[in-house]
Amino acid sequence: MIALPWLGRVPIGAAIGLFFTIVFLFCAIFAQWIAPYPGSLIIGGVWESSSSRHWLGTDNLGRDLLSRMIYGAQVTVFIAAMATALAFSLGSILGFAAAVIGGWFDSIMSRLVDLLMSIPTLIFGLVVLSVLPSTIPVLIFVMGFLDSTRVYRLSRAVAADINVMDFVEAAKLRGEGRMWIIFREILPNALSPLVSELGLRFIYAVLFLSALSFLGLGVQPPNADWGGMVRENREGIVFGIGAALIPAAAIAALAISVNLVADWVLNRTSSLKGGRGG
Amino acid sequence: MAEALKHKTHGDALLEIRDLKIEATVYPPDEDPHDITIVDGISLKLEKGKVLGLIGESGAGKSTIGLSAMAYGRGGVRITGGEVILNGRDIMKEKTRGVRHLRGAEVCYVAQSAAAAFNPAHKLMDQVVEATVEHGRASRKEAEKRAVALFRKLSLPEPERIGNRYPHQVSGGQLQRVMTAMALCSEPDLIVFDEPTTALDVTTQIDVLAAIKEAIRDTGVAALYITHDLAVVAQVSDEIMVLRHGKTVEWAETRQIIEAPKEDYTKALVAAHAIDHEEQKPAGSPALSVKNITAAYGGGKIDVLKDVSVDIFPGQTLAVVGESGSGKSTLARVITGLLTPREGEIEFAGRTLSPKLAQRTRDDLRELQMIYQMADTAMNPRQTVATIIGRPLEFYFNMRGKERDRRVAELLDKIEMGTGYADRYPAELSGGQKQRVCIARALAAKPTLIICDEVTSALDPLVANEILKLLLELQREEQVAYLFITHDLATVKAIADSIAVMYQGKVVRYGTKSEVLKPPFDDYTDLLLSSVPEMQLGWLENAIAGRRMESGGN
Amino acid sequence: MGGWGSILKLIAQRIALGVLLLLAVSVLIFMGTEILPGDVASSILGQAATPQALENLRRELGLDQPAIVRYFSWLGGVLTGDLGVALSNRRDIASAIAPRLANTLFLAFWAAAVSVPLAILLGLIAVRYRNGVVDKTISGLALASTSLPEFFIGYVLIFIFAVTLNWFPSFSTVYEGMPFWQRMQAIALPAAALTLVVLAHMMRMTRAAILNVMQSAYIETAELKGLSQFDIIRRHALPNAIAPVVNVVMLNLAFLVVGVVVVEVIFVYPGMGQYLVDHVSKRDVPVVQAVGLIFAAVYIGLNLIADIAAIIANPRLRHPR
Repeated sequence: MIALPWLGRVPIGAAIGLFFTIVFLFCAIFAQWIAPYPGSLIIGGVWESSSSRHWLGTDNLGRDLLSRMIYGAQVTVFIAAMATALAFSLGSILGFAAAVIGGWFDSIMSRLVDLLMSIPTLIFGLVVLSVLPSTIPVLIFVMGFLDSTRVYRLSRAVAADINVMDFVEAAKLRGEGRMWIIFREILPNALSPLVSELGLRFIYAVLFLSALSFLGLGVQPPNADWGGMVRENREGIVFGIGAALIPAAAIAALAISVNLVADWVLNRTSSLKGGRGG
Repeated sequence: MAEALKHKTHGDALLEIRDLKIEATVYPPDEDPHDITIVDGISLKLEKGKVLGLIGESGAGKSTIGLSAMAYGRGGVRITGGEVILNGRDIMKEKTRGVRHLRGAEVCYVAQSAAAAFNPAHKLMDQVVEATVEHGRASRKEAEKRAVALFRKLSLPEPERIGNRYPHQVSGGQLQRVMTAMALCSEPDLIVFDEPTTALDVTTQIDVLAAIKEAIRDTGVAALYITHDLAVVAQVSDEIMVLRHGKTVEWAETRQIIEAPKEDYTKALVAAHAIDHEEQKPAGSPALSVKNITAAYGGGKIDVLKDVSVDIFPGQTLAVVGESGSGKSTLARVITGLLTPREGEIEFAGRTLSPKLAQRTRDDLRELQMIYQMADTAMNPRQTVATIIGRPLEFYFNMRGKERDRRVAELLDKIEMGTGYADRYPAELSGGQKQRVCIARALAAKPTLIICDEVTSALDPLVANEILKLLLELQREEQVAYLFITHDLATVKAIADSIAVMYQGKVVRYGTKSEVLKPPFDDYTDLLLSSVPEMQLGWLENAIAGRRMESGGN
Repeated sequence: MGGWGSILKLIAQRIALGVLLLLAVSVLIFMGTEILPGDVASSILGQAATPQALENLRRELGLDQPAIVRYFSWLGGVLTGDLGVALSNRRDIASAIAPRLANTLFLAFWAAAVSVPLAILLGLIAVRYRNGVVDKTISGLALASTSLPEFFIGYVLIFIFAVTLNWFPSFSTVYEGMPFWQRMQAIALPAAALTLVVLAHMMRMTRAAILNVMQSAYIETAELKGLSQFDIIRRHALPNAIAPVVNVVMLNLAFLVVGVVVVEVIFVYPGMGQYLVDHVSKRDVPVVQAVGLIFAAVYIGLNLIADIAAIIANPRLRHPR
């Protein structure tokens, strides 16, 4: 446990996760200002090892790897964040609506989601990408749409749990409208599991995007996210050149960091609920 | 007084606990884990064949003490000090092997929920004889014969064959008796009964209680009987130890505890249901009339309520009593409009209430408030006390700002809580305080009727008593009527003006309190009334004898 | 006995539901390839194609027919084992898939054969030493490894064991008639990568499933009967833990089947995953549909087994009141 401003006492794991998450986000947002070289400029030999000029060395075409990593962070985080945002807006609104409205709407939506979830996401993504071009909007849409099924299930379950609580019934008996019940009674209580899920969905989006790009079906050159950079540099591995491992490790580090934060958020909130007096 | 008793007992002690201390590590969020003391310096002594009742509210440490007699700490609980001497040896010093040989052989355990305590994958007989065979106390064949004899003694149906069933194929009350048979099967010296009848309906409880008492008497086994219900423990124990916050309050013979308690806390427990309330006769026109209501869930064929009619008069209390499944909570749902009845109607202040919630006027909603059993879930955990109580004021009376705050403060004062509580969240309140806030929320709407659905059954007896007194006081001040739904007849006797007894969806008896509680009774009311434990020695025997006579006479 | 009758009925219902689901999935996969603006013909020939060439290709591919007719003729083909012809090289898809499917199953089998017992063992160890150092380490590693992309694990393995230590080949080339041990050596690294991909998740779920059983009141009852740890686990925990663990295993095998796609590409292993990815890049719709359907069928099948295991193991269903 360490004490942090605003957040109070935070377990060390979560604090480390929080730190790295912030570092990655900072790189992603300010890539243009902090990257030492332009991302697509060839400025050296192929796969140079690290030096004072190129901290992480150069890549398969002789571009500065650190700069490309920073720009890659931007692409990765942007697409993953947009896909997560789409998944959340779509999934949570429909999930909440299904729980509160119930009846035929709930049945149809839930069966549809069951169906979509019975196909592995990656396979379904590949099927769709076999006919659609791998542009950034298409990637965001496909990833966001497929992932919204999971958000739907969670929001529906959480909202349905809260919906049967006595305090919601009390609000209904008071005569409150549907808006008050959703936004004032249900949402504040559903927020914490959803925030934690937001982290997990973001990780999933990062991993999914990386996998697609690694397979050559995600972000197309000359742009590259981290998964694409692994693909670009993978031939080097056989010659003992670890350039491909750096973006791969960055993906892992980002995912682990967010995971640690999400885990902490979830633990924190699930223990808050169990306030029993006596 | 504990000293005095120690000197009085001469026979050799089966179990002696000296200065027991039990601790546990808690892991609160955002805090480093730390140790708390659950039981602090408890000493007790139990002779062969005697029954000691351990009583106290939740968190008093009674189960923990009971399990220490088996050298067992539940869920990370550690026995950190003192001695537990069983049959002349300190079992805290025993190795794993020694402890194993004592559990299930010298000491056996009967849990509160037999339904969870039996393994769903095995037949009952296999589980009943398991410990006996394992510890070599009898051969499998011998043990099965014993088990059947015990099933018969405990009046289980089909004693020869019930052992072939799986736990889920047997009812809760029967399972509790099978568990008692399981504990008796290895012929132990001591049985720990941990709230064995708490999860049962009253009419089932009395049978199980009688069966346990008889079995204890006939087998000469000693017992630690743990419960929160003084009236229950008074029926089966020779001595009672009253516990609070892990410490002994009073320890004496049962008669002394019941008839001449010395400590204030014990006195309060004994007097728990003594509430001053004079029955009011129905006067004027009813505040609410339920007329010939028949209702079923989800448009189903099975009626949960059958032709129910009751009246509630202004400023009076109608108690609706019944066991689980009697339809009493469904009646509340119909009155509030959550469930649309198939037939019948409800008149409220002279006008007919719309059967559907959505079609009721705001004034109808305001005048009909509800208080729930679980105050925990009845309040939004993300709202402060001020918001919870203030919302009805905003919603019904359009009160804002200072005016609202002043009224919230008034209401907090009414429920005997200070304005300091206004900014607290529900999680920061005790169980009794939570229920008070719920009462204030209902009062804020200035209702004519409040439906109280088992409002005290989740609370410890003394807290429950305070809540009941508060409700009666508020009734006098505000002239509000209560529809009081409960399974607890003692509560009903204490506060009701009229009573409706429900059984299988029907009102089987209805009238003023004195009419309903005066013989001659119908069969069900008789059964119900005679099943409620009374705080008096020998009540169980009388009740059972009364029942036998009746069935003999019929 | 009546119990088994009702169980068989439940299982039959569940299987029927699975078949229905698979049909719906086939519709979805077919529709998924129909959302293209334009059609397969124009994507094959590119923008420079003449209208006449497009027309010809469309007729050849049957694209002039309405979608519903094409769906049913495709489905009919699938049901009779005819998966159609690949657009890119005009070869019969079914005969191209057969050896690749065998390769993929071989790889997945060995990955499962290692990971399942290992995950259960680690899960048991974590439960046995719950909240101890071992448990915390295992759980921590599990949390970390669920965040690792497959290619990170894959390339680290190649970097260490193929490039640096030179113990295994970095590319998993297999061919027909390859001797068994050589084949095993070729798949050692991809199998290890797959194992690592699913191990952590499977172990965590196994731990949770067993813990759930171990914390039941009936385990406390057994403990208070003075049974030995071994007997408690054998008689009381195991019968109730088998179903949840089988469930966990099946769900994770389903997960493994998907992980195989990326792992095959990393190790250039000639399996279904590699085949699928190649043809997605080539926009070879018939192949993608066929392989996608096979992956979905395996996935649904494993989930089906998980459900059936749960049904069979439930004593309430086996012995109704």
